[in-house]
Amino acid sequence: MTFSAFLFQALNGLSTASGLFFIAVGLSLIFGVTRIINIAHGSLYMLGTYIAYSFATKIGGVFGFWGGIVATALIVGVIGALIEILLLRRIYRAPELFQLLATFALVLVFNDMALWIWGPEDLLGPRAPGLRGSIEVLGRRLPEYDLFLALIGPAVLLILHFALAKTRFGRLIRAATQDREMVGALGVNQAILFTSVFALGAALAGLGGALQVAREPANLATDLVAIGDAFVVVVVGGMGSISGAYLAAVIIAEVKALCIGIGVVDFGFITVNFSKFTLVAEFLVMAAVLIARPYGLLGKPQGAVRSIAEPEEPIRPATPMLKMLAVIVLAGLMGLPLLAQTQPYLLILGIDVLIAVIFATSLHFIMGPGGMHSFGHAAYFGLGAYGAALLVKWLAVPMGIAIAAAPLVALAGALLFGWFAVRLSGVYLAMLTLAFAQIVWAAVFQWEGFTGGSNGVIGVWPPPPFDKAWVYFVLTLLLTVIAVLLLRRFLFAPFGYAMRAGRDSPLRAEAIGIDVKRVHWLAFAIAGGICGIGGGLFAFAKGSISPETISVGRSIDGLVMVLLGGIQTLTGPIVGGSLYAILQDTVMRQTEYWRALLGIIILVLVLAFPQGIVGAFAALWRKRGGGP
Amino acid sequence: MSDTMLSVENLSAWYGAARILYDLNFNVGRGEVVALMGRNGAGKSTTMKTIMGLIAERQGAVKFNGHDISRLKPFEIARLGLGFTPEDRRIFVDLTVTENLDIGRQAPRSFPDGTPAPSWTPEKLFKLFPNLGEMPDRLGNRMSGGEQQMLTVARTLMGNPLLVLLDEPSEGVAPLIVEQMANTIIELKKEGLSILLSEQNIHFARLVSDRVYVLEKGQIHWQGSMMDLAGNLEVQRAYLTV
Repeated sequence: MTFSAFLFQALNGLSTASGLFFIAVGLSLIFGVTRIINIAHGSLYMLGTYIAYSFATKIGGVFGFWGGIVATALIVGVIGALIEILLLRRIYRAPELFQLLATFALVLVFNDMALWIWGPEDLLGPRAPGLRGSIEVLGRRLPEYDLFLALIGPAVLLILHFALAKTRFGRLIRAATQDREMVGALGVNQAILFTSVFALGAALAGLGGALQVAREPANLATDLVAIGDAFVVVVVGGMGSISGAYLAAVIIAEVKALCIGIGVVDFGFITVNFSKFTLVAEFLVMAAVLIARPYGLLGKPQGAVRSIAEPEEPIRPATPMLKMLAVIVLAGLMGLPLLAQTQPYLLILGIDVLIAVIFATSLHFIMGPGGMHSFGHAAYFGLGAYGAALLVKWLAVPMGIAIAAAPLVALAGALLFGWFAVRLSGVYLAMLTLAFAQIVWAAVFQWEGFTGGSNGVIGVWPPPPFDKAWVYFVLTLLLTVIAVLLLRRFLFAPFGYAMRAGRDSPLRAEAIGIDVKRVHWLAFAIAGGICGIGGGLFAFAKGSISPETISVGRSIDGLVMVLLGGIQTLTGPIVGGSLYAILQDTVMRQTEYWRALLGIIILVLVLAFPQGIVGAFAALWRKRGGGP
Repeated sequence: MSDTMLSVENLSAWYGAARILYDLNFNVGRGEVVALMGRNGAGKSTTMKTIMGLIAERQGAVKFNGHDISRLKPFEIARLGLGFTPEDRRIFVDLTVTENLDIGRQAPRSFPDGTPAPSWTPEKLFKLFPNLGEMPDRLGNRMSGGEQQMLTVARTLMGNPLLVLLDEPSEGVAPLIVEQMANTIIELKKEGLSILLSEQNIHFARLVSDRVYVLEKGQIHWQGSMMDLAGNLEVQRAYLTV
């Protein structure tokens, strides 16, 4: 690559950086003040592009385009304010996980809303009036609009910086970021402050999305791609730092631009297409930053967040009655193949349910006893599924070996990602795991030659005798029982005690000689490995695997399963997983807008039981036992 | 005691399942300095936080100038003229002295009878706390404990309160600052402010307080004038000395 081509790509990267900055900075501001990670921030960005598209095409002209961009920012700001007032305000005291889930539910609802209003096609807006041309830079033609985008990011950074430093609103934001309760005790109405910060953050995301209208098509997948990128930017730049957000946005965008700029390189012995490695490069940057500066480039270590939730009850071994019940359920399941003659679909559903149980119990293992809220458990499911499927595709290994390899592939991935993840906690961990899952998904999606890209891997059918549904069902049942018992064994071993000690009181656990990070790392890896079994089984059960089945949606499915069943018990995820799989099979298939339906179900759950379902019952019980 | 400004009736509070306060009854009159005394863990800070609306699980009534404030949010309580300086100071460490003061700023206000309450500006506060006046642009995290303590009090005064809840102002600061703090309280009292002070240190409390309530395990065990407590070694030994 020549020097001029390099500079050209660098300029291009700056215009991408502005877009990243707009999402990340809003996310960061909102988190600082409200302590809520707004996963729906990517959706606001996406809505921005769609709304601006409508303005630019329906009204058109200079006013429709530029006026539309401003109006879009305002509209999205109002949407943000409404989200805060109608939803978040009710759940500020709820457990973190619920808040994350609630904002994710919004992602689902907004996505289907966009589908309903604008349809599934990509929509590319008109070119920007006044900036249609291009200027010559170093012998290449650079669109004027890209240059404008490259400049508007730093301009907004300066304005924000000035506003935070010099205005009372800015001072209030900075003060509330540190201690919002004290700000309230000094006479500041937090409700108004929170709403306005949320509106500001949303407006910035909307502006960022709207500005893309002349550059990238509005697309329904933008929401999760954008939030994944924003998470990486925020983790790299440091939570709460607006300059950090811009710096990180520039670094990430430049690294990506560089990868695309390098393109295909022939090393003589191997030809590498670097433009396929944009996401891997993003990951490597994040990894490097996290090793050197765990709180991001310009971030500061966060004080320990005071936990407002009640301490969890210790996990108790199952009572004899529960064990008996388990045996009865198991016996019933063993009898299911007998029904295969009359109800063949029942076995297919049974296999789905069992795979969901493996998925949910392995996630619960790190979420409940481990206290690590992984928002990217689908990554390990996907690694298991693709590991098995690709072994069949490329090496034609027998099913037995492929299914045995699935957990090993997932384990390897979990060991790698877990090493980074356990260095963080709380929402940071959730963000990082989600970003990892996005990377696995994107790697699968981008690496077409190896993984089949969006087509996935097909023809992964089990050989006889497993091609009979009932035989495969029995195999699945056997592996599920082994997986669940294995997880249970870990929990009641000293390892499990150490893991819970590390969750409840990391400092004290370290003081008695437990290497908390190491224990949690191993727990993360174990959960990932076990989840891989489910992935392997899934690939053979469906005969294929595609990127869609391992997308973020599946990670969230897992969270809903665990929450449905209740996080405090070991039977919870088994019940929750089964229930959810059955629900998904029966209710969700009834409508095209199942995402919105699922989102609404989550929202209802969260609003009706803001302390968690088990927490709600506990509170009820306390009320009756005396006290206020 | 003339007008009651703050009255607390049967106040109880819980942290989760643990009950911290048991049916407290006390009041603070206009222009009075009242001390809540007791050892660590007696419930002094919890009492103040509960009055301020910072503890959700509570029972009992709190009246301020006739308003029932027991169901109000902290910011609403602050806007009625009740100031709060927490024990752990909680100044905004990423903000400068001037910016910290600005966060506390509220409009001037009057007492219920119409007399204007003392109204504060940064300039006036810098006279009261000359140390702060020397470092208007210093960041909160670059200040000593004593300077932070002064800033906490100054920040609360920026809200032009009628009554201040002053939680252990003498804790963890140098003796010189303790003395300065005592002078400040006397100064504020002269300006017409009422103060509810929480304190373990009787030497400090007797310099400034008119009346005392002695707390132990969330209950009031003794009440009376500061003079009486100073002479009552038995109560001091039972509830105050460590």
